[in-house]
Amino acid sequence: MSEQALVEIRDVNFSYDQRPVLNGINMSFGKGKVIAVMGGSGCGKTTLFRLIGGALRPNRGEVRIDGKVIHELGDRGLYEMRRKMGVLFQFGALFTDMSVFDNVAFQMREHTDLPEEIIHDLVMMKLHAVGLRGTHDLMPAELSGGMARRVALARTIALDPMLILYDEPFAGLDPISLSVVGQLIRKLNDALGTTSVVVTHDVQESLKIVDYVYFISDGVIRAEGTPDEIRASNDPFVHQFVHGEVDGPLPFHYPAAKTYAQDMGVTD
Amino acid sequence: MPLIKSVRAVGHSAVDSVWRLGVASRFLAMTLLQSGMSFRRFQLIVKEMFSSGVMSLIIIGVAGLFVGMVLGLQGFETLKRYGSESALGSLVALSLVRELGPVLAALLFASRAGSAMTAEIGLMKATEQIAAMEMMAVNPVARVVAPRFWAGVISMPLLAALFSAMGVFGGYVVGVVMIGVDEGSFWSQMQASVDFRDDIINGVIKSFVFGVAVTVIALFEGFDAPPTAEGVSGATTRTVVESSLAILMLDFILTAFMFRGV
Amino acid sequence: MQRTTLDLWVGAFVVAGIAALVVLALKVGNLSTYNVSETYQLSAYFTNVGGLKATASVRSAGVLVGRVSSITLDSDRYEAKVTVSIDKRYQFPKDTFANILTSGLLGEQYIGLIPGGDEEVLQDGEVFRKTQSAIVLEDLIGKFLFSQADAK
Repeated sequence: MSEQALVEIRDVNFSYDQRPVLNGINMSFGKGKVIAVMGGSGCGKTTLFRLIGGALRPNRGEVRIDGKVIHELGDRGLYEMRRKMGVLFQFGALFTDMSVFDNVAFQMREHTDLPEEIIHDLVMMKLHAVGLRGTHDLMPAELSGGMARRVALARTIALDPMLILYDEPFAGLDPISLSVVGQLIRKLNDALGTTSVVVTHDVQESLKIVDYVYFISDGVIRAEGTPDEIRASNDPFVHQFVHGEVDGPLPFHYPAAKTYAQDMGVTD
Repeated sequence: MPLIKSVRAVGHSAVDSVWRLGVASRFLAMTLLQSGMSFRRFQLIVKEMFSSGVMSLIIIGVAGLFVGMVLGLQGFETLKRYGSESALGSLVALSLVRELGPVLAALLFASRAGSAMTAEIGLMKATEQIAAMEMMAVNPVARVVAPRFWAGVISMPLLAALFSAMGVFGGYVVGVVMIGVDEGSFWSQMQASVDFRDDIINGVIKSFVFGVAVTVIALFEGFDAPPTAEGVSGATTRTVVESSLAILMLDFILTAFMFRGV
Repeated sequence: MQRTTLDLWVGAFVVAGIAALVVLALKVGNLSTYNVSETYQLSAYFTNVGGLKATASVRSAGVLVGRVSSITLDSDRYEAKVTVSIDKRYQFPKDTFANILTSGLLGEQYIGLIPGGDEEVLQDGEVFRKTQSAIVLEDLIGKFLFSQADAK
């Protein structure tokens, strides 16, 4: 897989000030695949995401996309690279002062000199792909959460990116919207021939659609494998996560300096 | 001990303010450097002029009218004691063109358009719209900040001129139409005392400077706001407070420069 | 370029703003009284100019004929040298009086020209020989008080 890999993450360490977040991460995302990166809240998923997007620099190690080291690109190179990437933000991040149509057309207008008729046709195609052609003249505030997410997806694929990053695409969606978005991620990936990275903690939905899964906890990769391997895994951490158990390797209690009895003043 | 603590707190906030001033200056420089796109695509500025300029028209016009009417009334009462009611025109026009027009229009602009700018940009940041733009390889300073900056800077002198013109009209209505000051002396005294270069052009320069100050503060506060509900509301308050103080302070400095002697 | 109603509003706003500026300049300010016609320079010496300022008006028989262009102190005579720009359409005899007058008791000060009977007229760069300085209110009051004291 490594010779075909689009994204290559080698031995990446990252810390905010003194607090280490990622510790020796190695990942490889093959071309055309849908990969999920899972872990509990605050495990460093979002940091990983920003490292791939070039918004942060790793303290050690490197992130390569399409053979290029992201943090060595410089401003111009980074912008060049970002044009080939699409990012779906947690709640869609649609531009609230523009209509649905203008949102999807945004990148086409900013980065290309296409005439307005062609942009119109392209936008309609993208909106049709997510099933929301009829919403083109609505404002983002008039959309439901699931619809906004789908419009954002249409905007993400506006310039046919080679890599799409999804930040918590399932957060805050009802079960139906959730399946719709899940299916769209898979379908669009296959239809456009892109590579998709889904950062999520929704285990059940993502196991249905992805090719490969990484589990991160405390800044290291705890487990990885295909969905079938993950489901069959005996690893206690994976087991706790997949089945949503309250206690396990990830403790319920945040570590405290004193014991419970001391905090309550029971002992001296 | 509490004394040392409070001294330290004062020093801390002083250093912090200087620091923020530095960041804000860099922000202004960045905005100016990234203004190319706004002028190549002037439509971006026009769109923002609608929300900052046109939407402020009513408040500016009504406020100007009433300020002029009050000036007419109060000025008449005062001038009557010295028997120089005919100087009413020049009193109303000079106070409006030199001071009240630029300053009050800028204060109203700060609370009407400036706070809206801060809230809008703060919310765009809180909902990751700014981050999304960056990831789409579009520079948010060029695309979001610069057009708003220029829209504000262009709108401000126009709004101040409208404020002054409405004020002069208000003074005319009260002084001439209602109280009955001689119309001819109202206008001729006004024209004799208001100088185009010294008064009107200086007033325009003032409002231009205020426009730069208010929009930079509003945009910087929005861009710098913590991406939370409290962060944005705090930033909106700071915009109004800081730009009001900045307007009054700059007004003193500019006045000292412009009307020193002659 | 597509036209939108928004453009119309912004256009109307800009027109209104510029119109307000023009009104201020012409109706409120004195831009309309700056005549574009050519002028010539004359000067006059005064022992005291009082509150006279540059751009103050120069009037003859109440008609605006020019403006004060500069006021400087002549360090040889220790008198104020006032230079005025006079409209080329108006000519004044050599023995014209230049007085600093006040419009009303507390009004602006201006220069009043009272023509004499000479047949030759003042040329560009020449000097008014007969002048009368500003009346300084404090001096007047002072004189009045002294004369009252003397009378007693």
